[in-house]
Amino acid sequence: MESILQLKDVSKSYGGKKALKQVSLQLGAGKIIGLLGSNGSGKSTLMKLAAGLIHPASGTVQVGGMEVGLETKKITSFMPDRPLTEKWMRVEDAVLFYKEFYADFDAAKAEDMLGFMKLNKRDRVIELSKGMNERLQLTLTLSRNAKLYLLDEPIGGVDPVARAKILDAIVNYYNEESSLLVSTHLVRDIERIFDEVVFIREGEIVLQDEVENIRLKHGKSVDEMFKEVFGE
Amino acid sequence: MSIEFDNNLPIYLQIMNHIKKEIIVGKLKSGDKIPAVRELAVELQINPNTVQRAFQELEREQIVETKRGLGRYVTSEESKIMEIKKEMAGDLLGRFIHGMQELGFANQDIVNIVSQAVEDKDNE
Repeated sequence: MESILQLKDVSKSYGGKKALKQVSLQLGAGKIIGLLGSNGSGKSTLMKLAAGLIHPASGTVQVGGMEVGLETKKITSFMPDRPLTEKWMRVEDAVLFYKEFYADFDAAKAEDMLGFMKLNKRDRVIELSKGMNERLQLTLTLSRNAKLYLLDEPIGGVDPVARAKILDAIVNYYNEESSLLVSTHLVRDIERIFDEVVFIREGEIVLQDEVENIRLKHGKSVDEMFKEVFGE
Repeated sequence: MSIEFDNNLPIYLQIMNHIKKEIIVGKLKSGDKIPAVRELAVELQINPNTVQRAFQELEREQIVETKRGLGRYVTSEESKIMEIKKEMAGDLLGRFIHGMQELGFANQDIVNIVSQAVEDKDNE
């Protein structure tokens, strides 16, 4: 199977605290993968390494068979947990900004998604509610024709209705030839859109399996499995 | 199509069962077109690969057939539909009998209870 993201013995520390400990991981193409862990488990660190925003202290990170760097950034679309847009921007400016910045930006898709998300082009980004802001970030991220999409806590701060809308958008606009890695600690609401899940705890991968396998083998939902592993 | 999913069971099996039921009760008829993968995934808010897997399994069981470039259709073989009906009834019965045995009922008691229940139902 073609691997889209590969980590080999990756470690990363912040101020003496180990965020990732010798992590090895391989993610295949054409899948929606959940990166599940509680706060501070290392999810965001792993996402940022894959996006090339930070670098590993040791080990290697590859996207599409290439060491993470300028070339892999061209095929990686990252949705950060905080907006990348500037304060002065309106929604249309944010779209234009992305369009100019990324060669693979699909303006027609963005247009379509703005409509689906009920985003108004003339609205100021700074005045958007948290939920609408997440919709905008998701629109910008998914409108690129990338190989690897990285969504860091896309449903973190929104109510269940907005959450459903975001999940709809992911299923609707996800490109089947690419892979989508979604980090979250809200497992129950989102587990049906995953092919595969990776559990991360205290900087270590504790489980990687297909979700249907988990249900078949253990007769339980991913959410229950998560609670068991994380002892919530 | 709307399905109440149980996250404790494989979703693709639940989709398969749902479609089989729709065929048995006649909501989906022999020769009817079934929805496209993406369409159903969006509607049910689930992973497209899961829907794909359900459809592939249904194909393998010859319950749906693919017409190249046109989509997937419910089998035109009526005998196949009868077969699914029997199979689903068998599953239901198996679970029932198992449950009753677990409660400590002997086989003859189970038969008597069922006969009585069916009779009562008829007299309602």
